[in-house]
Amino acid sequence: MEITTPRKEKYYLSKRVDNFFISITKIFRFVLNYFIELFRPPYEIPEIIKQCYRIGCDSLPLISLTGFIIGVVFTKQSRPSLSDFGAQSWLPSLIGIAVFRALAALVTALICAGKVGSSIGAELGAMNVTEQIEAMDVSASKPYKYLVFTRVTACVFMMPLLMLYTSFVALMGAYINVNVNEHTSLPTFIANAFDKISFLDLKASVIKAIVFGFTIAMVACYKGFNTTRGTEGVGKAANAAVVTSMYLIFIEELMIVQIIGWFR
Amino acid sequence: MQTNDTTGKEIVINIKGLYKSFGDNHVLRGVDLEVDRGENVVVLGRSGTGKSVLIKIICGLLTQDEGSVIVLGEDVKNLNHRRLEQLRLKVGFSFQLSALYDSMTVKENIAFPLMRNFKHLSKKEVNDRVDEVLNSVSLLKSKNQYPAELSGGQKKRIGIARTLVLRPEIMLYDEPTAGLDPISSIEINSLIRDIKEQFSVSSIIITHDLVCAKTTGDRLVMMFDGVVQKQGTFEEVFNSDDERIKSFYDYNFI
Repeated sequence: MEITTPRKEKYYLSKRVDNFFISITKIFRFVLNYFIELFRPPYEIPEIIKQCYRIGCDSLPLISLTGFIIGVVFTKQSRPSLSDFGAQSWLPSLIGIAVFRALAALVTALICAGKVGSSIGAELGAMNVTEQIEAMDVSASKPYKYLVFTRVTACVFMMPLLMLYTSFVALMGAYINVNVNEHTSLPTFIANAFDKISFLDLKASVIKAIVFGFTIAMVACYKGFNTTRGTEGVGKAANAAVVTSMYLIFIEELMIVQIIGWFR
Repeated sequence: MQTNDTTGKEIVINIKGLYKSFGDNHVLRGVDLEVDRGENVVVLGRSGTGKSVLIKIICGLLTQDEGSVIVLGEDVKNLNHRRLEQLRLKVGFSFQLSALYDSMTVKENIAFPLMRNFKHLSKKEVNDRVDEVLNSVSLLKSKNQYPAELSGGQKKRIGIARTLVLRPEIMLYDEPTAGLDPISSIEINSLIRDIKEQFSVSSIIITHDLVCAKTTGDRLVMMFDGVVQKQGTFEEVFNSDDERIKSFYDYNFI
């Protein structure tokens, strides 16, 4: 039998431009699939609970430590500036505003991007290069629903809770420092810390945490699902999951702060 | 479904003019292939001739650039997601590296596709079907082990069992004996024959192992450079003057 001449590849614009638009379409479809699955029961409740545990409980030690240190250090560093004006009594409300309006959601998200994002990216990446995802696909086991939907949903659920926990731990760190130096009681500290916090601040933080959680898990899953080139690719997927989600978190933070500003 | 004019049997896979490229790498260059019901077809060829790509297109994991692939009367390329999933339940795929889910035990691996596709099955029914397929691959005792605790041959058998649990009409084997010792290879070859008899499935077996080809295949298809070079029985294919086919045979039996 004669070997047929290979067909020439056809591009609409150029190879690079075509590939760019193909990638954008792929990302868009990957994200869109989540919202489609959201309206397609049954949901993988046991797997979602398992992922909630992995994302939430396993992150607690790192988040506790970071939150506490942020509270202590932020208070310690802010004191001299306020002391110059004899305004140490403003410390609790300053800490409250800083933690609830900016630090808690951002710090929690950055920690989770590192811990959860890399773990999901590497896990799904390894599954992809060892053909486990394809194996689910060919047996009609809906890998997207089982692997992506569950992880993203768990992350969306857990991030606001982790953010609130970080806020609590940071405030406790700040309280210890304030109590040691200014001998402020806990009820006074709490009352002052929440004095300048509005319900809008809390809502904004929760919304930010949800958006960050969605971003972290979605980016990690996408990178994992599109891992190529064996074990080297797995490392790259984990790394890319962290770096990309961190970039996106900062961009989203700026955008959400801007949007919330219009409602103040 | 179409019928084969020569054998009078039902055609379960009908491939015509199949082309597939990855960038500038033109892997398949016009492949034509038919598989009858209950037939084991072995696709032979050197690495990189597009054998694995061919079976990945058959089960819809990859999409062809040109040509048609009709599986059990359905045009794979034009199926929507739901119908493709229904077709995939009838087409089992055994991966070269087994692709077992390493975070699950053997039992969970096999029960996984069953539980996700047949949610009405009771726990007892799932367990019975898992035991049945584990029995057919003689690995019932490994039920509670993790993939990391199994040998290469055992992994292959569990991989096959996982596809059999869905009771497919077609089996696609990607290099079933690759990386196995001769004894394990013989076991896998006889398992493939047994599956054909026991479950009445049609199969495509991708390999470059001639012992596997001779033992498991009713018909051999020789591929070179992305096209089918020759097909027939083992003797018909290798009783050829083509230098490449000769060297393929010599290399395997030296």
